[in-house]
Amino acid sequence: MFANLPLLSLAIWTPILGGLAVLAIGNKNRDNNNAIEAKVFALLIAILTFILTVPLYVLFNLDTAAMQFVEKTAWIALFNINYYLGIDGISMPLIILTSFITIIVILAGWGSIKDKVAQYLSCFLIMEGLMIGVFAALDAILFYVFWEAMLIPMFLVIGIWGGPNRIYATLKFFIYTFLGSVLMLVALLYLHLNSGIGDTGVGSFSILDFHQVQLSLTEQRWIFIAFLIAFAVKVPMWPVHTWLPDAHVEAPTGGSVILAAIMLKLGAYGFLRFSLPITPDGSASLSFMMIMLSLIAVVYIGFVALVQQDMKKLIAYSSISHMGFVTLGFFIPWAIFSVNNNWNGAVMGIEGAMVQMISHGFISGAMFLCVGVLYDRLHSRMIKDYGGVVNTMPTFAAFMLLFAMANAGLPGTSGFVGEFMVIISALKANFWYAFFAALTLIIGASYTLWMVKRVIFGSVIHATVAGLHDIDKRELGILSVLALMVLFFGVYPAPLIDVMHSSVEHLVEHISISKIPTE
Amino acid sequence: MENNLVEQDMSIYLAIVLAPLMGAIIAGVFGRYISRTMAHQVTIVGVAISAALSLLVFKHFALEDMTTINETIYTWMVSDGLHLEVGFLIDKLTAMMMVVVTFVSLMVHIYTIGYMHDDSGYKRFFSYISLFTFSMLMLIMANNFVQLFFGWEAVGLVSYLLIGFWYTRETAIYANLKAFIVNRVGDFGFILGIALVAMTFNSLDYQDVFAASTLHTESTIALFPGTHWSTITVICLLLFIGAMAKSAQAPLHVWLPDSMEGPTPISALIHAATMVTAGIFMVARMSPLFELSPVALNFILLIGAVTAFFMGLLGIVQNDIKRVIAYSTLSQLGYMTVALGASAYAASIFHLMTHAFFKALLFLAAGSVIIAMHHEQDIRKMGGIRHYMPITWITFLLGTLALIGTPGFAGFFSKDSIIMAVHASQLPGANIAYLAILLGVFITAFYSFRLYFLVFHGQPRMDHHTKADLHETPKVVTVPLILLAIPSVLIGALFVADMVFGDFFGAAIMVLPEHDVLATLAKDYHGIIAMVLHSFKSLPFWLMLAGIMSAWYLYMVNPSLPEKLSQRLLIIHKVLLNKYYFDDINSTVFAGGARQLGTFLSRFGDTQVIDGWFVNGSAKLVAWFSSIIRHIQSGYLYHYAFAMMLGLATLLVLLLTTVISH
Repeated sequence: MFANLPLLSLAIWTPILGGLAVLAIGNKNRDNNNAIEAKVFALLIAILTFILTVPLYVLFNLDTAAMQFVEKTAWIALFNINYYLGIDGISMPLIILTSFITIIVILAGWGSIKDKVAQYLSCFLIMEGLMIGVFAALDAILFYVFWEAMLIPMFLVIGIWGGPNRIYATLKFFIYTFLGSVLMLVALLYLHLNSGIGDTGVGSFSILDFHQVQLSLTEQRWIFIAFLIAFAVKVPMWPVHTWLPDAHVEAPTGGSVILAAIMLKLGAYGFLRFSLPITPDGSASLSFMMIMLSLIAVVYIGFVALVQQDMKKLIAYSSISHMGFVTLGFFIPWAIFSVNNNWNGAVMGIEGAMVQMISHGFISGAMFLCVGVLYDRLHSRMIKDYGGVVNTMPTFAAFMLLFAMANAGLPGTSGFVGEFMVIISALKANFWYAFFAALTLIIGASYTLWMVKRVIFGSVIHATVAGLHDIDKRELGILSVLALMVLFFGVYPAPLIDVMHSSVEHLVEHISISKIPTE
Repeated sequence: MENNLVEQDMSIYLAIVLAPLMGAIIAGVFGRYISRTMAHQVTIVGVAISAALSLLVFKHFALEDMTTINETIYTWMVSDGLHLEVGFLIDKLTAMMMVVVTFVSLMVHIYTIGYMHDDSGYKRFFSYISLFTFSMLMLIMANNFVQLFFGWEAVGLVSYLLIGFWYTRETAIYANLKAFIVNRVGDFGFILGIALVAMTFNSLDYQDVFAASTLHTESTIALFPGTHWSTITVICLLLFIGAMAKSAQAPLHVWLPDSMEGPTPISALIHAATMVTAGIFMVARMSPLFELSPVALNFILLIGAVTAFFMGLLGIVQNDIKRVIAYSTLSQLGYMTVALGASAYAASIFHLMTHAFFKALLFLAAGSVIIAMHHEQDIRKMGGIRHYMPITWITFLLGTLALIGTPGFAGFFSKDSIIMAVHASQLPGANIAYLAILLGVFITAFYSFRLYFLVFHGQPRMDHHTKADLHETPKVVTVPLILLAIPSVLIGALFVADMVFGDFFGAAIMVLPEHDVLATLAKDYHGIIAMVLHSFKSLPFWLMLAGIMSAWYLYMVNPSLPEKLSQRLLIIHKVLLNKYYFDDINSTVFAGGARQLGTFLSRFGDTQVIDGWFVNGSAKLVAWFSSIIRHIQSGYLYHYAFAMMLGLATLLVLLLTTVISH
């Protein structure tokens, strides 16, 4: 029954329209019931969206790298712009992650958001639809519209429900990410103008057509850099990362979760969908720089995380460091090829990076939720205001420790899988790449567990901590679900990696062929 | 029927692994719904099932010469042609380790009923030690490197949880963080080693790798441009870095003494008998790789010798009953490591086994003393305890005799084998190592009997209140002591012929003929009685006696002498008391350095350069630029008209030039 439905459109528009409906329901504050109608309705929409994305996995054909669940209708026929959707093994897991995390986020804000509840919920639902749109879009303009539109609800979430310094943070977030995307638009238009050289002569905006455009090395480098600025800001890569800690610190818990779990992945996804396949020779020539930037992110940012006083900042820096593994995995293939003259290990690098993306979605989301749980109670994010939380919140402490261990990449949790794959892959290129990447084993454990020591363990010194009450059923449910996911993919990552094989193998095959036109 | 069960059906092995895990989950996750008694019942039943089945498996291997089992349970993941699976490799080495782990674990489980009786974290404790048993079994039963690494890190996690068990103590949560991070330094090397194995062999399955190991003896890796290092050597050194942290070899030993902050049962189980020997086990398991690298073997030999000698010395100046035993563990792990370096893997594993029993016994007996002393651990406040706690006294004495290698006791057979093997070794470092472990015998006997005399003999030095209440501990404590004392005495004599000089381990351990020191020794082996008799004429025996006599003279006959000696040897004493300053160097240079680097990168790199100059700088630049541009938008019509005319003129000129040029 599902197979005939336009599932991708449904997954995009259900939350967007649902979000608008939530706005219409509004905060009917009769009997001070705290906008319960809006909450329940929003939750139902989120669950419905999730249910709509499940068949994307169930009905997914593992044996093909071609796009699946394709929908294509003319949108602006004059410029050959289409409403063109489709997914492969790279985008499908990210879409399901998005619809899953949105449910978590709506539940997470259940008690803590008291102001403009309906607007808050509608922001997240609309954002969900737009993010799924980014992952599903196969038309460059459609992609660009979703990509930019997505900024608006996030901007509002931080700007309205954020902390005291939220205006600085929102401006920084918006200008950074917006400036980044402008050059991408130029690159997309350039590609469009060059895409008509085929048989028809009509320019195309299809991303898949972009993959086939022949470009000189100079062109590829420029286009690569234009994309790089857009995607590097989103990931974020060092040195364009400084917006992220500020945004996280000011964002409400739900905003932080979406930011860390999904939004950062959009930049990484961009590399896979645009930079790598469109400019393989450009990527090759700049891969050394990309690997260096990734390793700087892993090591440098790790040390920065170590000395943070603010839990959210610490986790934000930890996110940047973990995303360094993602970009490392993406650009290792060329380093492998330049050393070994074959692509053995390239697939593992990219798949490891993808696993790291999904896993980081769960773990960083869970870490921010844990901080949120504490913040809801004491209204402080500073490490020094806590200590000995395990004495008053033992169940919570167990969860936080589990997620901290996952964050430190303990085997048996999903945090290990991606890092392990990327390290193996990196070693095939150069021992020292693997060496510096593997330093995260030490640094990651240090900053995460030192925080745990100061927040969770010890005796209670602050009277406020003594008055803490342990997590309630709702919080228990949210954290349990995330814990199960983290453990499941740690113990059995095969199902996740299996869906990627065809697409990633196809990608590696594609990037191994030069796109420089032969004279 | 029984044969089929053990040989073909994997469910028995799954049961061995999962029974403790079930216990851990029930006592841990659902702890709030069950009583304390139920918590210890489920976990003990779980571990007892494991122990019984392990014994059954061991019986089949030892008596019926069963062939190696190598089975996959499920595929963990497949990527890029690399198949990573979860599965079991059961051979004699594994079977022996399974028995040691589950038996000691069972003893510790029972003992814990008494030791943790009044602790509010009772159920949590049982959950942790069962989880530990599961993790350790996964480690030793693995048939591939990834699962090994899983077990390796999982035991590290449980060790972390248990060192910090009393989480309100600042020292405990400092010690557990330190333990985890130092172990992560080892894991850093370990994972690079695994990655290099994956690259070289394109497989992480033991059998594939071992079968292909000789094909790669010639391959090299250029770590630095222009250098060509043997890949196998680099792999072995990296893997051994992992073993150095886990098995507490200098300089990565620093976490083990501090781990004594955890409750005593886990000091016995994790930090003496089982987890810390994981590194030893790993090297023995990887013997087909290590055998191919004399460089790595020599390195292992020297690290082991350094640890055996220098860590033993530290045991002499400690006054905490558990810390003396902890330094003794470090030193004994050094002996095992030396044996690995000398390619006497079987002797090393044999010492691992005997040590597991007598060291667990010593720790549990020490714990028994600690309970009776109301958690006083300072040996200067003990003395004469033998009168009050006869069972603890006798079992402790038996453990001590085994530890120092008294002829006939378990430790004698294993330690003497190691000493002889190193003596026979042809490696360049073997002479130094031999000297170190020979002197180590004196040191071991000295600190062990110093401890023994101070605790059990002489005048009672505890306060009145404690003394009045001093009595033997309950049966749940003493029964495990007795059960551990039996193997501590007997197991050496029982197995030395097979395990060290025979071919018990068979294909599980690979030794190249030119390295096979044990085979050389086996020619001169004429039964246990001959071995004991021979020892009376050998150096280690007299060194051991000298150690006992020195301790007796210094602590029983002339107790004021140690004080005078320490005054005389002030500098040495100070170096020993400060544990060779490792802790100070680590906390200043590494921990402090990392924090300073972090602060610098955060303040200067992120805040000043990136945010200050570039981000906010460009914002200021825009503001400055617009403040200038603003002057153009003056609102005066004639300004605009002038600008318009200027623009028109420019356009005109441009147009004309293009027209002319065409």
